[in-house]
Amino acid sequence: MEHIVIIGNGIAGVTAARHIRKLSDKKITIVSAESKYFFSRTALMYVYMGHMKFEHTQPYENNFWKKNRIELVEGYVSRVNTDEKVLQIDGGPNLNYDKLIIATGSKPNKFGWPGQDLNGVQGLYSKQDLELLEKNAPNNKVCKRAVIVGGGLIGIELAEMLRTRDIPVTFLVRETSFWNGVLPNGESQMINEHIREHHIDLRLGSSLKEINPDENGKVKSVTIAETGEEIKCDFVGLTAGVTPNIDFLKGSGIELGRGVKVNRMLETNIADVYAIGDCAEQQEPIGNRRAIEAVWYTGRMMGETLAQTICGNPTEYRPGHWFNSAKFLDIEYQTYGWVFSERRKKETEVHFHWRHPKEKICITIAFDRDSKTFLGINTFGIRMRHEIFDRWLNEKRDIDFVMEHLIDANFDPEFYKRFEPEIVSKYNTDFGKSITLKKKNLKRIFQIA
Amino acid sequence: MSTYHKSMALTGEPPKSLSINQKIATLLGLSGLGILLLAAFNVNFPDKTLWLTLSLSAISIGIIWFSWDAYSNKLPGIKNDGVWFKSISSRGLWGWIAGLALTGFYIVLYFYPQYLGLVNDGDNKGVIGLFDPLSKLLSGNPASQWFVYGTLYTVAILAFGIKFLWKYRHNRYERLRTFSVMIFQTAFAFIIPEVMARLNGHKILDGGSLPYYDLKSIWPLNYYNFEGYRIKGFLSSGDIGFALLIFAILSIFVITPILTYKYGKRWYCSWVCGCGGLAETAGDSFRQLSDKSTKAWKIERWVVHSVVVFVTLMTTAVIYSYLGTDTSKYWLTKSSFLIGVAVLLSLVFGWAMIFKRDQLQKDAQYGAIGYFVIIIALIGFHFLSGEGQVFLLKSETLRKSYSFLIGSIFSGVIGTGFYPIFGSRVWCRFGCPMAAILGFQQKLFSRFRITTNGGQCISCGNCSTYCEMGIDVRAYAQKGENIVRSSCVGCGICSAVCPRGVLKLENGPLEGRIDSNQVLLGNDVDLMTLVNKK
Repeated sequence: MEHIVIIGNGIAGVTAARHIRKLSDKKITIVSAESKYFFSRTALMYVYMGHMKFEHTQPYENNFWKKNRIELVEGYVSRVNTDEKVLQIDGGPNLNYDKLIIATGSKPNKFGWPGQDLNGVQGLYSKQDLELLEKNAPNNKVCKRAVIVGGGLIGIELAEMLRTRDIPVTFLVRETSFWNGVLPNGESQMINEHIREHHIDLRLGSSLKEINPDENGKVKSVTIAETGEEIKCDFVGLTAGVTPNIDFLKGSGIELGRGVKVNRMLETNIADVYAIGDCAEQQEPIGNRRAIEAVWYTGRMMGETLAQTICGNPTEYRPGHWFNSAKFLDIEYQTYGWVFSERRKKETEVHFHWRHPKEKICITIAFDRDSKTFLGINTFGIRMRHEIFDRWLNEKRDIDFVMEHLIDANFDPEFYKRFEPEIVSKYNTDFGKSITLKKKNLKRIFQIA
Repeated sequence: MSTYHKSMALTGEPPKSLSINQKIATLLGLSGLGILLLAAFNVNFPDKTLWLTLSLSAISIGIIWFSWDAYSNKLPGIKNDGVWFKSISSRGLWGWIAGLALTGFYIVLYFYPQYLGLVNDGDNKGVIGLFDPLSKLLSGNPASQWFVYGTLYTVAILAFGIKFLWKYRHNRYERLRTFSVMIFQTAFAFIIPEVMARLNGHKILDGGSLPYYDLKSIWPLNYYNFEGYRIKGFLSSGDIGFALLIFAILSIFVITPILTYKYGKRWYCSWVCGCGGLAETAGDSFRQLSDKSTKAWKIERWVVHSVVVFVTLMTTAVIYSYLGTDTSKYWLTKSSFLIGVAVLLSLVFGWAMIFKRDQLQKDAQYGAIGYFVIIIALIGFHFLSGEGQVFLLKSETLRKSYSFLIGSIFSGVIGTGFYPIFGSRVWCRFGCPMAAILGFQQKLFSRFRITTNGGQCISCGNCSTYCEMGIDVRAYAQKGENIVRSSCVGCGICSAVCPRGVLKLENGPLEGRIDSNQVLLGNDVDLMTLVNKK
């Protein structure tokens, strides 16, 4: 019986394992140094905040793995020998494989800042990071001030987490506005305001020069590069992005770039070795996507796809329309299709932006200047229906069609205030149109004849 | 994570620490309860109206003040910080103390009302005596232990309702739903029946006496609604009494099925029902304590459906026992009643087995067993019953054991007393026959579902954790499958706590209502078509 070994029990590896089990009787083993059972990484923040206990982040009951004959090995893979197809595991016997799936995810970026390895300085990615955070910042007596370096999704989550324990937070963001490499200006501005509303000391255009130690080798303060200001703190969170977690593969003969290099079949340069999830780097980026996509959903999709290949149905990784979501403190964010920031967008990408006069709600819709084709939408504080936007993108609808039917796409809970009339009216004003909003139609939404 | 120590102190560190305001508010609320406790120990309060007002005001203001301080200075959004650190909401010491205190209260209430000061002839004493002025004001009669309970129940729903409204002030679904349960409890369960009691003996009722009737309490939740003394009460009270009896029957066979078809069982369980009302307001702090394991789900299905069988048999037996045999006197006789029940059950069972077979799967066997137990029992009633007894048992014995086991122990002592241990909906989930019947319809014949938003789920587990009915919502959401579960009461909290906007409660066409996918939306279209085979 063919033995499939998966290194890493995150969403990519576990999805691959589940789908291989559905499709075959192969022997499956998952190796992880992080935790025995699969948990949702994106939920770690809620454990620190007291919304959930760690066991609540585990999507499957503990007997699930035995029932589905998926073996779990706890240990750290220190060496991969692809000639003899064997893994060397710290703290455990060697493991032979017939096919190997590398799904080891990411690790926090460290850019060589002076003091980046001091006590009290850490990233936030793994279960161990969370345990360390409980030691470094259990309350506002041990941690009188925290400094977070890096304005991305993990940075803002870490700020939210620390604020639930009333720890004062200074948030250093290198860019002139939060996440504006990804978000268009209007949205990025709104999030700046919301961060400050939560009493977080947001410092835009500020980058880290160095982290200064006290006499015990623990963090004492940070120095800001632009101003030279020194900020006293007991904790520094490094959240300037992540990078593939692949150091253990050096010298294995598997081709590495920033991540594990894979082709569209998710195969590496070595036969029977595959890579999926955060740690995989596409040789050629797919469409507008980046070569490395450290996103939950892409990890899952690669797992779904690779399971097909491994079980005898060779399948290219061909992700559909881009989508993503996040939550910035109290504001939910969803995106479907492509909406680029001013920094990254092409000249032909036109934006329509609407923001609620009082509440923290806004949307941006991107369309093509010439063909008027709808390209994508960002929404903040309004939920949208994935199926509808996926369908409209497939059908290459134009912006007018989208505005006309906008109400069909709304996914807010029942009785919520609806903003479509205001949105369409602003669109009409901005672009000199006279679109009338159609009424919500269940038959259209659920595609019933 | 284990390094965050639980502490039994009411203080501690953020997010579980209490502010000065919250401490004073807690003290005020407890002092209100203290007055009731003193009264229960027969401390004599000279001015009952004054002291009752003081007590109820202190309780309400304490709760409202506490909530105001907890939520008013925070931005609108999800407020679950520290839920699992606080002793009261994570089965810590305070949770157990609260559970024991509530349980003790229910035991005294149901079985030893004399300790609360109930006097059958003459003036009440103790804490029940304290409520006499209010009761006389409403109904003209002295208070009973049920009046005391009803008053406190209403105060709890109103005060904790206000807390809930602040906590979810960003969510209109939650707000409207909470207004609804607050109004239904105050008007329908509390004030209207009390005031209706003033009509008793009046000529508008032809001099008859209506039984205490909470109009929104429908059989089988209201398991005693068709007992002999109540039917006599209805029938002796003129047109109004007759109309109420007709309403009681229509509620079961017409109103309930229509509303459940259109909106799911939530129209009742989380918008109208008093048990649900208490669970959603006073019980909200405990919703995360429900057991989500598949084992608990299995127990739930056996227990709750057994209660349905039990209540059906009990009610049939009770009605059977007071019906006559002479068709010339009254069209409904013992035999025609039994045949009617059997035919109705067979129709429902047959419909489900023939038209909804594919949706039943394993549940079918539970249904079949329940159905055959009832039918055989009905036959037994017919052949083995004598005067005043059915099926070798006295109908009175059946009635009394149901009332004791289900009506008192299950719904009260366990259902509410154990809020801080098992979560707020233990009764609704494991015990309520009304919820089971509505759930049966919700699963098979309703437009209601919780839609999963394509491939957006990140398996975080907030939805499952905060589901008071113990549904593992995430198990469906992460498969891209809509949630169609008979136990779902449609409280909407899973949708509220979801950080990625994945869940939406909605009513839609029956076609494609569950919509399960192996490969989720967002992946290769061809792969989805191949694997999902749609």
